[in-house]
Amino acid sequence: MAQTSHGVGGVGYDARKRTWPAEFNVFLALVILVVIFELIGRVFLGDSFLFNTRADVAGIFNEARLQIIILQVSIVGIIAIGVTQVIITGGIDLSSGSIVGATAMIAMSFAQVATVNGNPNPKAMFLAQGWTDLPVIVPVLVAIGCGLLAGLVNGALIAYTRIPPFIATLGMMVTARGIAKWWSKGQPISFPTDSFAAIGKGLMPVIIFLSLAVLFQLIMTYTRYGKHCYAIGSNEDAARMSGIKIANHKILVYVIAGILAALAAVVLSSKNLTAQAGMGVMYELDAIAMAVIGGVSLSGGRGSIIGTVIGALIFGVIISGFTFLRLDAYYQEMVKGVIIVGAVVLDQWRQRMRALRA
Amino acid sequence: MSDIVLKTENLTKRYGGVHALEGANFELRKGEHVAIMGDNGAGKSTFVRQITAVEQRTSGQVWFDGKEVNFAGPIEAREAGIETVFQNLALADDLDVPSNLFLGREKVLFNLGPFSILDRKYMRKATEAALVRTAVKIPNLSNTIRHMSGGQRQCVAIARTATFASKLIIMDEPTAALGVQETAQVENIIRTLKDNGEPLILISHNMRQVFDLCDRIVVFRRGRIVANLRKENTDGQDIVSYITGAKTGEAELAA
Repeated sequence: MAQTSHGVGGVGYDARKRTWPAEFNVFLALVILVVIFELIGRVFLGDSFLFNTRADVAGIFNEARLQIIILQVSIVGIIAIGVTQVIITGGIDLSSGSIVGATAMIAMSFAQVATVNGNPNPKAMFLAQGWTDLPVIVPVLVAIGCGLLAGLVNGALIAYTRIPPFIATLGMMVTARGIAKWWSKGQPISFPTDSFAAIGKGLMPVIIFLSLAVLFQLIMTYTRYGKHCYAIGSNEDAARMSGIKIANHKILVYVIAGILAALAAVVLSSKNLTAQAGMGVMYELDAIAMAVIGGVSLSGGRGSIIGTVIGALIFGVIISGFTFLRLDAYYQEMVKGVIIVGAVVLDQWRQRMRALRA
Repeated sequence: MSDIVLKTENLTKRYGGVHALEGANFELRKGEHVAIMGDNGAGKSTFVRQITAVEQRTSGQVWFDGKEVNFAGPIEAREAGIETVFQNLALADDLDVPSNLFLGREKVLFNLGPFSILDRKYMRKATEAALVRTAVKIPNLSNTIRHMSGGQRQCVAIARTATFASKLIIMDEPTAALGVQETAQVENIIRTLKDNGEPLILISHNMRQVFDLCDRIVVFRRGRIVANLRKENTDGQDIVSYITGAKTGEAELAA
């Protein structure tokens, strides 16, 4: 009784009865999934999913597995950070995978070495112009420029022509893939400089992914930009009547999503030491799925970057878990599909329960 | 004359051939609560939309706070001090109470353009102060609007108008969708506003509410103001006959 006066205006309110954050449920799902893999592993394989079972290696956990779990989702995770923001404002971005393809091609062509084993680089795009062995900042800036431009087109189309985000970004998806193929007439672009190759080396993708996630989680929570994302996603008319400049904000959101997709392209092409026109196919859907599993509502207004990161980890655990159980990759995709739908159904159900209690 | 907050002269709005509002002459004094009544389509909401510049008037003049004004849009009107509680609540369902109160005019710690850092402590404190001032009761400020009752939502919307030292508050049927208790809660807030001397225009269909809360009643019929009566000089029967057109001619205030 003593601690029940947190409300305003003398209303009793028990702070302990506060409902836990939505991310907690997603995290719980992650834990349950890990436990399931651990149990199946122990029972059927006599091996541990998570813990170190090798005597010759130090440590409690199976660190190699932990690294792989997060490494394999880091690049799509970078995209998902941007996609999360787009979905929170009530939009959708189908173009990120194609932006990855186009950006990887264009950026890589500015990151090439002049000579390979003493011979002129056979794949060099701009050898004649002497645009080889450029400092690493050049391809990175070129990539950011590509992402910015693509996002600007997406955002401007959505904000000014009022066509649905689905259509605008679908157009960009097809166009950017076309650009990726046209850039080198379908040829892969390889042999990057050492400094460019360093971006995606080892655990760098993980570090980049998590740093960006922390940065944008802070931005979404503590800045005006973040607040307005949620406001526009939950009630666009109210946001407009409150004086929020909807068009400018939407453009900014799609630009940020474009730049994040471009950064993913840099990391991906650096990690693979090559760029191909087919890079990033279906990444947009994986990114959307990570966000949705992480509790981001497709109708806008709800979700967080933390949730998406956990959603990405769930993806990683499923892939690693199936490999660990030596099951075919086909099953992975089937289960991924079930989990995506299940996550949304659970979220809807949870919302209804909360609405009933209120 | 300096105590007149809002004055309109010959305010007219036509939608093509439809005369939605014809030559409305209206005055509101400091601290006064005026009710606007009338049948559906009588021009009440049209009148409000011209004042708040949600629509641009066809002709006529508006004075607000001593100056003639031509607001380009609702945001300009709000910046000048006209706060409106809309019929469809202009709240973001997924944001909490402080975020909604400060929506579009967030207080920031550092100005970094769109990435300005919000002063969340200040906004929370100011929200609590505003809710206390308007006697609104909300159990948990951090709860999102989605999880609140209709009455609580309406209270938040009203508290929002009262948070920002507004010079005029307009409410378009604030209790139309509310239950008995919630209506009472909203009416209490309106009384608190009255005690604080904040002028108010209240659009309402509820006769009892209007007589309870307002000093003066303006009746619209077919786009014209047909009556402007102090509540001491009239009664419900009288008002109804103006609304339905049984009584005609502009009834002026008996000073």
